[in-house]
Amino acid sequence: MVAFNLPLNSRIGQGQTFKAPPGTKRVREFKIYRWSPDDGKNPRTDTYEIDLDSCGPMVLDALIKIKNEIDPTLTFRRSCREGICGSCAMNIDGGNTLACLKPIDAVKGAVKISPLPHMPVVKDLIPDLSQAYAQYRSIKPWMQADTPAPPDGERLQSKTERAKLDGMWECILCFCCSTSCPSYWWNGDRYLGPAVLLAAYRWIADSRDEETGQRLDELEDPFKLYRCHTIMNCTDTCPKGLNPAKAIGAIKQLIVERQG
Amino acid sequence: MTGTPHTDILRSPLGRARGLGSARAGSHHWWGQRLTAMALVPLTLWFIFSVIHLSGASHQIVIDWLSSPFTLALMLVLIVATFHHLQLGVQVVIEDYVHDERTKMGAVLAVKALSVLLALICIVCVLKIGL
Repeated sequence: MVAFNLPLNSRIGQGQTFKAPPGTKRVREFKIYRWSPDDGKNPRTDTYEIDLDSCGPMVLDALIKIKNEIDPTLTFRRSCREGICGSCAMNIDGGNTLACLKPIDAVKGAVKISPLPHMPVVKDLIPDLSQAYAQYRSIKPWMQADTPAPPDGERLQSKTERAKLDGMWECILCFCCSTSCPSYWWNGDRYLGPAVLLAAYRWIADSRDEETGQRLDELEDPFKLYRCHTIMNCTDTCPKGLNPAKAIGAIKQLIVERQG
Repeated sequence: MTGTPHTDILRSPLGRARGLGSARAGSHHWWGQRLTAMALVPLTLWFIFSVIHLSGASHQIVIDWLSSPFTLALMLVLIVATFHHLQLGVQVVIEDYVHDERTKMGAVLAVKALSVLLALICIVCVLKIGL
């Protein structure tokens, strides 16, 4: 059955508070989830007081400031700091988003940060995404065509055909959507989740791909696809403004369409 | 991962993701749920309005109403759609939240059996009154 409480070893305790230096004018509290696999302790929430006058505008800037100047043990992923790599996906102020795209000013009061929900935690803000990546691999996210590519050029698409991929190729696989989906929380071992289904539809909608039917066959499953109950958290949370729920709806529609 | 419930699984993530493969089923269930939902909107409205219209009517008038072939047919469609929709929907809820395979199968079968039984009781009642 679904568990309504965290397991005993996952209950979050109160951690340390790192005070801002005296005389700081614009102080903002950051309450950050901390857990280390090495000390055998329960997770805790550490509080960091940040001087906004000496900090960049985004939540990621604050995290980097904390790591550089206050607490080097704070662990998180980041790379591009401009919303294209998807590394710094985390739960900020109750919603999944990219720390590099989330302005500190957009949060009222203390900024609460925890890892993407319902994934195993590697350390602090780093979730283990191996299962999600494997699910992505399982939908064969590459072009499959029997017709050989023209020897003298690329496979051509009309402008209309290419336009069908808009709103899907932009996905950076940060998994904010999948980890915001209650259905993925309860059945993530079998349900593919919005990120992977959006990627699946990206190949189904690609005019150059010739395995459309096979792809639909592979998706038609009570759990892989039909655990989507149109909750729409995915679309609501996507930091790139994409609409995975619409893509999932399109897959369901195509499966009905080919039956009659 | 150390300290997580996943320590005892050494199967590769891809092996786990592929699992038992696609059931190549589920679209009928999903489509059936949408169709019954759409059918139930007019049917339920018709039923509610009819009952309101018949409130305070004499016993004989209600019997006459139910005995007309049109009403009787709509009543039967309403009953079948309602219990079919109920059974489809509750199955999804059970599959969402019950993860023990045996309990899940038991619960789903119980719901289906109960739905068939209740639907049949309703059909027999309606026919007994209407025929």
